Amino acid sequence: MDIFDVFLLEAVLNGLLLGGILALLALGLNLVFGVIDVVWICYAEMIMIGMYAVYYLHNVYHWPLWLAFASAIAIVALGGAALHHLVIRPVLAAEPINQLLVTGGVLFFLQAAATLVFGVEFRNLGIRLPQLQFGEMYLSMARLIAFGVALAAMIAMSVFLKRSYLGTAIRAISQDRQIMPLMGVNPNRIFLVTSALGGALAGVAACLLVLQYDIHPAIGLSFGPITFLICVLGGLGNMMGGFIAAFIFAQFISVGGFFLHVEWGYVLAFLFFIAVMFWKPQGILGGK
Amino acid sequence: MLVLENVSAGYGSFQALFGVSLEVNAGESVAVIGPNGAGKTTLLRVISKLINPTSGEIRMEGRALTRVPAYEVISRGIAQVPENRRLFPRLSVQDNLKMGAYLPAARAKFAERLEMVYTLFPRMKERHAQLAGTLSGGEQQMCAIGRALMSGPKLLLLDEPSAGLAPVVVQAIFEVVRRMSAEGYTVLIVEQNVRQVLKVVDRAYLLETGRIKSSGNSAELLSNEEIRKAYLGL
Repeated sequence: MDIFDVFLLEAVLNGLLLGGILALLALGLNLVFGVIDVVWICYAEMIMIGMYAVYYLHNVYHWPLWLAFASAIAIVALGGAALHHLVIRPVLAAEPINQLLVTGGVLFFLQAAATLVFGVEFRNLGIRLPQLQFGEMYLSMARLIAFGVALAAMIAMSVFLKRSYLGTAIRAISQDRQIMPLMGVNPNRIFLVTSALGGALAGVAACLLVLQYDIHPAIGLSFGPITFLICVLGGLGNMMGGFIAAFIFAQFISVGGFFLHVEWGYVLAFLFFIAVMFWKPQGILGGK
Repeated sequence: MLVLENVSAGYGSFQALFGVSLEVNAGESVAVIGPNGAGKTTLLRVISKLINPTSGEIRMEGRALTRVPAYEVISRGIAQVPENRRLFPRLSVQDNLKMGAYLPAARAKFAERLEMVYTLFPRMKERHAQLAGTLSGGEQQMCAIGRALMSGPKLLLLDEPSAGLAPVVVQAIFEVVRRMSAEGYTVLIVEQNVRQVLKVVDRAYLLETGRIKSSGNSAELLSNEEIRKAYLGL
């Protein structure tokens, strides 16, 4: 194969792998927005907390890695439920702009708290996963794992939402909140469970990202905005839309970065986003 | 089975019900008739506890409902088919029925009751995978009634089942109501379509501006001079 084609194929595959983790990031945000109608602006900061949890449990307290991962997921899931109970619930009936401001406030709170508690140093697990070689191509094993786990988490979530009673209630409540009590469903409980699930997805994302990136209090800024843009591109609250948009975005970043420069990949992705917003402001699969 | 004593209720400073008392006995089908804005829907919303009464007592099988949260009413055996059907439009027919069987006790009997609903409404079986929002008005009403039956209720509350439906479909829906009371369901139905509903229920209450104005069995009310003039146009 021509060396140029090999690199292009490598870029496309890397884009695919990146798409998997971006899709997982978008899923949590979309789930929460689709059900509760509130955007967690602080979503990426919850992931940051999860990354610190893995680091401290594994590197400082020497828990086995799998246990640190499981605990981090549980911690962020609890954090999601707490976020809903303490912050979102009191403003459920408020104007959307106030809800945005409140979760935006949580973003800065978490960032500042992390700086205070953990310091501004960059930290990492000290685990270096190898590059895998396929012929003349190199793919990162950490990305491959992230892709596989993200895909598995998304499939599990979709089966849960389709098959189980709780999952059906989660889909139903976004369509008609008021009559849920007539089905014997306590809407508050569904909101709490959904928030915990959104948190758990953020926790899974934290475990995957901590294998690839250094941890610092502002790490959320490197994937928070892009996650939000992907959700809007796909149609805010539309999980399938977010899934598709994640892979489109990832290809722009990866292939665009291959032809020009890494930063240009992001520029192209954002240009594409702006163009779509002119053409279809509600997002690719957005209905409203 | 269901007893309301002196129930008053409203929304904020607006009072919709003034000391309403009524009773539904096991096996009976009872209608509450009255003009638009009389408080009929509010009455059902109070029984389901979607709004709380400001005063008065509600009892189901002798146990007070007054302080029970809305999501526990269905576990006392009361299922409601709400006004305008209120299906989940982007869930399939079968998922809507599944939501009706959300209670743990109902989940165990899901397959059995699904079969029962599909026998009652064969059309729902044909359309089980279709999104509820794409059904015709009459089919949506059947799906909404089916959803309420999935909980295995002792008492079925129906809020204006004929609203917005074509006359021939209205006939079919009332036929369903008649069949259900013949099968032993206890039914409390709220309707503006007085002539039709009085043909299928045993008794009725006349509700006007939030107060019970009169009551009696269907034959009596059908021959009542005032009701004939005001509601039957005779």
